[in-house]
Amino acid sequence: MELSPDSTVFWQWGPVRLNATIAFTWLVMAILSLGSWLVTRRLEDNGNMPRRRNFLETLVAILIDQIRAIGHKEPGRFLPFIGTLFLFIAASNSMEIIPGFEPPTGSLSTTAALAICVFIAVPFFGVKQKGLSGYLKHYVKPSVFMAPFEIIGEFSRTLALAVRLYGNIMSGTIIVGILLSIAPLFFPIVMQALGLLIGIIQAYIFAVLAMVYIASATSEKKSTEAGSENGKKGGV
Amino acid sequence: MNDIGLIGMVSIIVAGGTMAIGSIGPAFGEARAVAQALSAIAQQPDASGAISRTLFVGLAMIESMAIYCFVVSLILIFANPFWKYVVEHP
Repeated sequence: MELSPDSTVFWQWGPVRLNATIAFTWLVMAILSLGSWLVTRRLEDNGNMPRRRNFLETLVAILIDQIRAIGHKEPGRFLPFIGTLFLFIAASNSMEIIPGFEPPTGSLSTTAALAICVFIAVPFFGVKQKGLSGYLKHYVKPSVFMAPFEIIGEFSRTLALAVRLYGNIMSGTIIVGILLSIAPLFFPIVMQALGLLIGIIQAYIFAVLAMVYIASATSEKKSTEAGSENGKKGGV
Repeated sequence: MNDIGLIGMVSIIVAGGTMAIGSIGPAFGEARAVAQALSAIAQQPDASGAISRTLFVGLAMIESMAIYCFVVSLILIFANPFWKYVVEHP
């Protein structure tokens, strides 16, 4: 049994290998960017909005609302990164109902790449917000002895992000494969419907966790303000 | 018993045990989390949006423990490195 679409090789030229993961990643990228380009090609402001544009605007509005609710700050800087993560993962997960399509998120390489993007984006946004010393200060916040644990935590949560998404999507594919050999008539469809739900939820969770990590790296002042407010309330 | 038989037997037994032990803990944890969230929503229906959002994230983090066990047991069965070594060096 194949554990990941990495082992399906379409085309090979020396050491360069075009496997199913890369091909389907390109397919998802092409569909996302072509679709957005087609919808936003001619934007008119004459009152009657096409349905596709309405759909995209609703999606972006939902993303903005969620980022604002989770991060407690203006979503403008985070929207491109978080929104891209969510849209890519949701699109590739929900396209698994297309026959022949293997979701690229069912390969550990893709999810590790996405998790490494989050791993790099957290200090990027943190340093941009608070400066280098301000960002590095939160490693030694209670005491210097906590710094190794903070660093271990950064690595382990990156690993957890990658393995969580990979495990969920890959297990959905494998369960459908096993059911096809046991009860091929009706049950694989039910499990695929469950897989669709899990795929959307996992995309949401990946984006939310990325936003939570970025928010915790950028909002040092907010927490101290909240703490002082709580202190005042306690005093009153 | 030769090496291949021993490794195969231990891998399968350990994979089953991994799934059994590794899924019972997250099951209890998710049950507690959902029960608490339901009673919180019943007490404060206005906060159901924030509660269910946090619940989903928490459930995913609890469930990832079971997913780790699943990945480990799949590796034991389908991509066992010791099995490969014994097969390549008989």
